[in-house]
Amino acid sequence: MTWQHKDLCALADHTPDELLTILNTAKAFKGVGERNLKKVPALRGKTLVNFFIEPSTRTRISFELAAMRLSADVVNISASASSLEKGETLLDTARNLEALRADLIVIRHKSAGSARFLAERLDASVINAGDGAHEHPTQGLLDAFTILEKLGRIEGVRVAIVGDILFSRVARSNIQLLTKLGAEVTLVGPSTLVPATFSSLGVRIAHSIDEVLDRVDVINLLRIQHERQRKEYFPSLGEYTARFGLTKKRAGMINPECLIMHPGPMNRGVEIDSDVADGRGSVILDQVTNGLAVRMAVLYLCSGGAPFAATSSEISS
Amino acid sequence: MNASLHLKGGRIIDPANGIDRVGDLFVRDGVIVESLPKGEKAVETIDVAGKVVVPGLIDIHVHFREPGQSHKETIATGARCAAAGGFTTVVCMPNTSPVADSPATIAWIQERAASTACVNVFCSGAITKGIAGEEMAPIGALAAAGVVALTDDGRCIQNHGVMRRAVEYARQFGLPIMDHCQEATLSADGVMNEGEWSTRLGLPGWPALAEDLIVARNILLAEETGHPIHCQHISSARSVRLLREARRRGVPITAEACPHHIALTDSELKTFDTNFKMNPPLRTQADIDEIIAGISDGTITILASDHAPHAAFEKEVEFDQAPFGILGLETELALFLEILLHQRKALTLPQIIEMLTINPAKLLRLDRGTLSVGASADITILDPDHAWTVDKNATASLSRNTPFHGHSLRGRALMTIVAGKTIWDLENGFGK
Repeated sequence: MTWQHKDLCALADHTPDELLTILNTAKAFKGVGERNLKKVPALRGKTLVNFFIEPSTRTRISFELAAMRLSADVVNISASASSLEKGETLLDTARNLEALRADLIVIRHKSAGSARFLAERLDASVINAGDGAHEHPTQGLLDAFTILEKLGRIEGVRVAIVGDILFSRVARSNIQLLTKLGAEVTLVGPSTLVPATFSSLGVRIAHSIDEVLDRVDVINLLRIQHERQRKEYFPSLGEYTARFGLTKKRAGMINPECLIMHPGPMNRGVEIDSDVADGRGSVILDQVTNGLAVRMAVLYLCSGGAPFAATSSEISS
Repeated sequence: MNASLHLKGGRIIDPANGIDRVGDLFVRDGVIVESLPKGEKAVETIDVAGKVVVPGLIDIHVHFREPGQSHKETIATGARCAAAGGFTTVVCMPNTSPVADSPATIAWIQERAASTACVNVFCSGAITKGIAGEEMAPIGALAAAGVVALTDDGRCIQNHGVMRRAVEYARQFGLPIMDHCQEATLSADGVMNEGEWSTRLGLPGWPALAEDLIVARNILLAEETGHPIHCQHISSARSVRLLREARRRGVPITAEACPHHIALTDSELKTFDTNFKMNPPLRTQADIDEIIAGISDGTITILASDHAPHAAFEKEVEFDQAPFGILGLETELALFLEILLHQRKALTLPQIIEMLTINPAKLLRLDRGTLSVGASADITILDPDHAWTVDKNATASLSRNTPFHGHSLRGRALMTIVAGKTIWDLENGFGK
C-alpha cells in the first residue's frame, strides 16, 4: 500500500495498487462519518481552497465537508468571485492562492488538463474535481468504492456506463479505474456519443441498452442533456429515453442484485425512471455518502498521510 | 573592391542543375561565378572538404509576427532563426496585425525586412480582407506590391464561392494560392487530432476529415480553373491519397509537409504540454507513414516549417486556451535529415535539398534556389551527419515554444551565406 503523490489529477496516471490504497484508506474514513463526533485532527492547521471555476454543488460541498471532518480550514472560491473575471490567468490566480499558503487546492475547471497544469507548477497539492471532459477522479473512486462495498469485488464485475460518454469526465475516470481493477466495462449510448475510438480503451460498446440488460452487475446512468451543443448528436430527449432510458420495464429485466448508480444530478424520467431511482438496487445516495469518505482519503493521502492498511474484502464488510 | 569567396573541395549539390559532385564553388560580387578572373585570388577561401554545399534553403511558410506581435518574434529575429537553420529565403504569412492585405502593409514589411533581416524575406498577401474569408483583398495591388503568393493561412476560406472567385481572379496575375486546409464545421472547437488520444484526454477533436474535405475542394478548384493551388502543411493520410491521385491526372495542385507532422504523433499530448499544440494537429503513425510515402513518391514536393513563435506566457495556459503553433526554422533541416535520410531512408540527400530549394522557388517563381552561374550567391553549407541536441534556450527566436527540446538529431547547417556574405556559422553564430 503506497501513495507518494501530492496531487490527484487523473486516475489514468495511477497504478492499481495506488488506487486500492485510496479505496482502503476511504474505508477507514467512512467510519468517521458514522460517529457522533464526525471529526479527526488529521489536517489540523492545513488550509484547503475549493477553487471551482465551473458550477457545482454536490462535489464542492462534499470536498468542503471532507476537509472539515479532517479539521482543515476551508475557503470556497467561484469563478464569478475570482480575478479570472478580470482577466487574470488561471496560473496567476492559483499562485496567489499558494502565496496565501493554501496547502490543498481542489479545482474544477472547464479545460481538460487544467488540474495537471497547476499541479506541475505549484507546490500545493492539487486535487482534480473535474477538468472538462477529461477526468473526475474522486467520482470514479467513489463509484468503485460503492461497487466494492456492495458487491465485495471489482474484478470480473460487469459494469454498463450509459449516456453521453463522449463529453463525460465521469465516464473517463470510471473507465480508467474499473478496467485497471479488472471489471468488464460496456459503454452504452448513441453512436455519436459513444464513438468507436472508445474501444481502444479496453471497453465494449453497445448502442442499445436492451443489449446489456441481462448481462450486467452494475448500471451507471449518466446525466443526459440536450442543450444547444448536443443537438447535432441526437435528435431529442424522447428518442434518447426510448432507446437508452432505464425505464421501469427495463429495470424489471435486470438481475435483482444489479446496482443502479447515477453520479447526479438526475433527470428523473429521462435517463432513469423516477421509481427506479428510488427503488430496489438504487445505490445513488450511498454514492454520495461514500464520496465524502473517498475525498477525505484523497485529501489525507495527498497531504502526506500514511495509508491505512486494509484489504479489498474489508471494504465490503 | 571585389568581394570574392572560394568554397574549396565540398560536395556540391544543386538539384536544379542535376549537380552532385565534389569540387570548388566561386562567388564574386554576391553572385555565383564559373571561376575568378585569371590572377585574382579569392578574398576569402573556406575549406569545405567533407561538407555539403547546397543552394541557400527556402522555407515558404513562416510567421515572423511583424507588424503587431513583436513580443513573439520580429522580422529581424525570425530571419536569424532562418539563418541559424540554414535558410536564406523565407516567405512570410499574412496573418499579422494588421493583416497583410494591403499594399501599405506589404510595403511596411518589405521595408522592415530590407533594413533588419539578414536573409531574403518575401511576402505573401491575404486572399480576403482581414483573412475573414468574405471579401476579396486588393489582389491586383498586392501583386503590384510584390507578394509572391496569396493565402489566408491560419484561416481557411469556408465559402466555396468566394474561394472559387479568388482563384479565378488570382490567375490573371499568375499568383499561386496557398491554402490552410480546414473545414470549420468539422474542426469546430477541436484542439488536437480526433482519435484515440482525444478520446483518452477528453480534449475536443479536430478530425483529419476536416483537412481532407478542403484538400478535395482545392483539387477540384485547381482542376476547374487550371490555376495552381498549394495545400499547406498536410497532416492527414487521406489528404495525401487525394493529392496523389489528382497529381497523377495532372491537376495543378501541390502540397507541403512540415517536420512535426512526420516526427511526432498525437500521443505526445498525454501530458497536456501546449508545445505540442499546433494547427493542423499532430496525428497518428498511419498519417506519418502516408505523408512520408507522399514525400517519397512526389505527391508532396515541398518541405516547410510553419515557424510559429508564441511567447511563453501565452503558451503557459490551459491546453484548450493556448495558441496553436511551434518554432520550426532552427530544427527543420535536422528533423528532415534525421527522419527522411537517416531513419527512413526515404529520400537521398539531393532529393531532400530539392524539396527545400528549387521546388519551392519554382512554385512561387522566386529567383533563388540554385547554384547556377549568375544566381545570387545564397549558399548553405551543411553536414548531414552532424549530431546535436536541441536546446530551446539556444534559439535565435524571441520565443521558446519547441516540442523538440532535448531531442538528439543528425544533420545541421554549418554556415549560411546570403548574396556572398557569411551571415551565420555554427562556430561563431552571428558574431563573426
